[in-house]
Amino acid sequence: MPGVIAERVPRVAASSAVPRDELEKIWQTQPGIAGWLSSVDHKEIGLRYIVTAFAFLLLGGVEALVMRVQLARPDQQLLTPEQYNQLYSTHGMTMIFLYAMPILSGFSNYLWPLILGSRDMAFPRLNALSYWIYLASGLFMYAGFAIGAGPNDGWFNYVPLASRPYNPGMNIDFYALGMIFLGVSTTVGAANFIVTFLRTRAPGMSINRVPILTWGTLTASVANVLVVPSVSLAFCLLWMDRQIGTHFFDVSQGGQALLWQHLFWMFGHPWVYAIVLPAMGMVSDGLPVFCRRPLVGYAPVALSTVATMMLGFGVWVHHMFATGLPNLALSFFSGASIIITVPSAVAVFAWTATIWLGRPVITTAFLYFASMIVLFTIGGVSGFMTASVPVDWQLTDTYFVVAHIHYVLIGINLFPVIGGVYLWFPKMTGRMLDERLGRWNFWTTFIGFNLAFLPMHLTGLRGMPRRIYTYPHEMGWDGLNLITTIGSFLLALGVLLLVINVLTSLRHGVAAGANPWDAGTLEWATPSPPPPYNFRVIPHVASRHPLWESRLKESDERSLIEDGMVLDHGRETAGSTPLDGEPDIILKMPEDSYAPFLLTIAASAGFCGLLLHLWWLAEVGVAGVDVALAVWLWPERRLGQRVEVKHV
Amino acid sequence: MVALTWGMLLIAIGVVIAISLLVLGGVVGRGRHVDIASVPVERGGNGLRWIWIGVGVSSIPLVVALVWTVSVLAAVSAPTGKPAVVIEVTGAQWWWKARYMDRDPARIFTTANEIHIPTGEPVQIRLTSADVIHSFWVPALGGKTDTIPGQTNVTWLQADMAGTYRGQCTEFCGWQHAHMGFLVLAQPPAQFRLWEDAQIKPARPPTSPQEAAGKAAFEFHCGACHTVRGSKAGGSVAPDLTHIESRTTLAAVTLPHMVGTLSGWIADPQAIKPGVHMPVMDISGPELERIRSYLQTLE
Repeated sequence: MPGVIAERVPRVAASSAVPRDELEKIWQTQPGIAGWLSSVDHKEIGLRYIVTAFAFLLLGGVEALVMRVQLARPDQQLLTPEQYNQLYSTHGMTMIFLYAMPILSGFSNYLWPLILGSRDMAFPRLNALSYWIYLASGLFMYAGFAIGAGPNDGWFNYVPLASRPYNPGMNIDFYALGMIFLGVSTTVGAANFIVTFLRTRAPGMSINRVPILTWGTLTASVANVLVVPSVSLAFCLLWMDRQIGTHFFDVSQGGQALLWQHLFWMFGHPWVYAIVLPAMGMVSDGLPVFCRRPLVGYAPVALSTVATMMLGFGVWVHHMFATGLPNLALSFFSGASIIITVPSAVAVFAWTATIWLGRPVITTAFLYFASMIVLFTIGGVSGFMTASVPVDWQLTDTYFVVAHIHYVLIGINLFPVIGGVYLWFPKMTGRMLDERLGRWNFWTTFIGFNLAFLPMHLTGLRGMPRRIYTYPHEMGWDGLNLITTIGSFLLALGVLLLVINVLTSLRHGVAAGANPWDAGTLEWATPSPPPPYNFRVIPHVASRHPLWESRLKESDERSLIEDGMVLDHGRETAGSTPLDGEPDIILKMPEDSYAPFLLTIAASAGFCGLLLHLWWLAEVGVAGVDVALAVWLWPERRLGQRVEVKHV
Repeated sequence: MVALTWGMLLIAIGVVIAISLLVLGGVVGRGRHVDIASVPVERGGNGLRWIWIGVGVSSIPLVVALVWTVSVLAAVSAPTGKPAVVIEVTGAQWWWKARYMDRDPARIFTTANEIHIPTGEPVQIRLTSADVIHSFWVPALGGKTDTIPGQTNVTWLQADMAGTYRGQCTEFCGWQHAHMGFLVLAQPPAQFRLWEDAQIKPARPPTSPQEAAGKAAFEFHCGACHTVRGSKAGGSVAPDLTHIESRTTLAAVTLPHMVGTLSGWIADPQAIKPGVHMPVMDISGPELERIRSYLQTLE
């Protein structure tokens, strides 16, 4: 938090006593390109995250379709092996790193301060930095792809195949440096979420009153802070092996090939949970809106979110069951991988109970959330099968696992995300998405997805290995592959319908009003779209569903939304205690700033210097980062970082 | 192991059906297409019983699966007694080298891509890699084991029925990962021993001037990479061709072994397996003909 001032006790007033235009003047971002480059508004940044991640989703989708054409029939020669390898590797990199996590960061960035009754994230400039670096690192890695040097050893990038003797081109250098760069974005973003969760909740919003989405993102963020260093280290060691002659992975010089796999999966598996837990949170928060009742089992679901992550740190070896590790180790990781389904089962039964004990109203968002329960179960049980070591020895590296990972990533990430788009699009834009087109959108994606990926389990059981650019007719995989290709195009059509719906509804959608779904959480108390300051006064929260209190009648205490602290001495929001949410400080929030953008430009130059061995450029980049940081961190009186001392 | 796979699959299918029915039952007939604000918000029951019962019931198959898994794993890893045959298999981009071990060094021999084993006897496979990580998999005979440079992994094969079992590399290993197959040919023990005796012998010396010319051309153009025991060709980075005529496939089970495919492969391997380490040789048509004819004598 940029600065704290404790001297003043803020006055409490009705929101009508706080002029809108004054707050607007304090919080608004200046129009035009200048504002675009300097804005630190979480809603602006959240939307950018969502749009950028969605663009990457479309790119990754097109890559997948090209591969599906190649695999539609046996012995096709549409793609060379190298083209296929770059496509499948870039597809994985795009979907896992540039879509799945950033899209959730986008939703959380946009929603958190609104949900938590705050005016921005704890570190608004850091938030901007996290977006800019995400964009820059994504462009950096795609620059490699554009010049024919995309990653070509899979997103998992095993050594020694990715080491220089077997891969002398720039492909892996682009990927390695890009991943280290992206790690900066993930790390600062995660730190921001953690502090925002702990310190900027509205007064009265104790830790057991936050929506499950925030539990999901918090848990994912803690995991990211702990595990991203592992993958950044792995890529750093690999880059040094490749470019400055170290031997961490070089077997001929006493290095270890398996070291890479441990470092990568220690990160990689927790990451899988990090890219589903916030999406599961969306379902936990979204389903109750359409079932007209609170979520069944708030506490067990919140705790199971945390439990999943804790167990998630202890399962990485299930990616390495075939590497010849001792059976005792395999048994431990096999057990952990089976047990981790227990907290998932908690969520599944909480969701089904919410449907059964509620009065479901069928909307497109509801269909996405409810169908996700089934897809989640399919992805879960196929994971449970591969958790069993002897079964995994058959299934691993076949299309069974491809089916599994897509049920996890599409089922547990993309479906909740599209549901989330239908749920929150009205909040973000002030207009409703078209429900009729929405049904077409849902059924096309649902049928297309299952047509593509359900038979794929069978393809795997019939022995088709992953990552092969073609296969002979004699193997008997033709029919299944053709079905998958047809399904994938249907799925793509569904996504296209979503795009059409978004684009037309942006202009012609029905006006939404503040709370079109009659939902119960705090974001729906703001106008749609919310003003730059979110809330005219800081609300006081008395329950998990501030807008449903009068109907649930569970306590006499009521949340106060129209009366609260007036914080209008510059950009201010309330700071509160981590557990109870007692207000304890006024947080002085920073103005818009170019520093995050400039830092990103300088860092990008630095990474280009490392890539091209232009050491002077790398040094210029470092110097630029230093300058940007100095500007950024220069103490400001307005933020309470500097005070005038009177000399006597 | 097979029972465990089926068992887990059945549990998985059962769970999916149960949860799907649960979700469908909650939505179909109960879900309404109405204005959302017209449906009152109510807590209803707290529903915690759903979670405890649901998790309780689903824990039963979990515990069963866990115990079953660990006991199968223990059974699989228990010492299998003395292997009847020990084969060192080396994965390489993009073929498999098989070295049959024996206490008598004179009975050690090397072949490639087609691994013969006796039926009904445990065969120990000692796996390593010449370059990057590969994975050794014969779906019908057992699970995968990676070949990793710098370490030796051990797996076992036992085929109770004679027959040809297809194997395949399953760890991504570069350009021609798709064409890195191999065959396991299980034969009755007596037949296997005959095959072994034949493989141990060096290649038959040329019996005509044409064969001798073919041998010389082979040694000159191919000998730096390939070995034919009994000739000057002693390279070790490509398959041993001493008895290539006894093999039924070419280029790691990419092509059936026929006169035409053999010529085509020698003439332009890059067209068949782009990126393969075998270069397109600068050889004339007649020379190619001589080399191919010589190879056809290597039975």
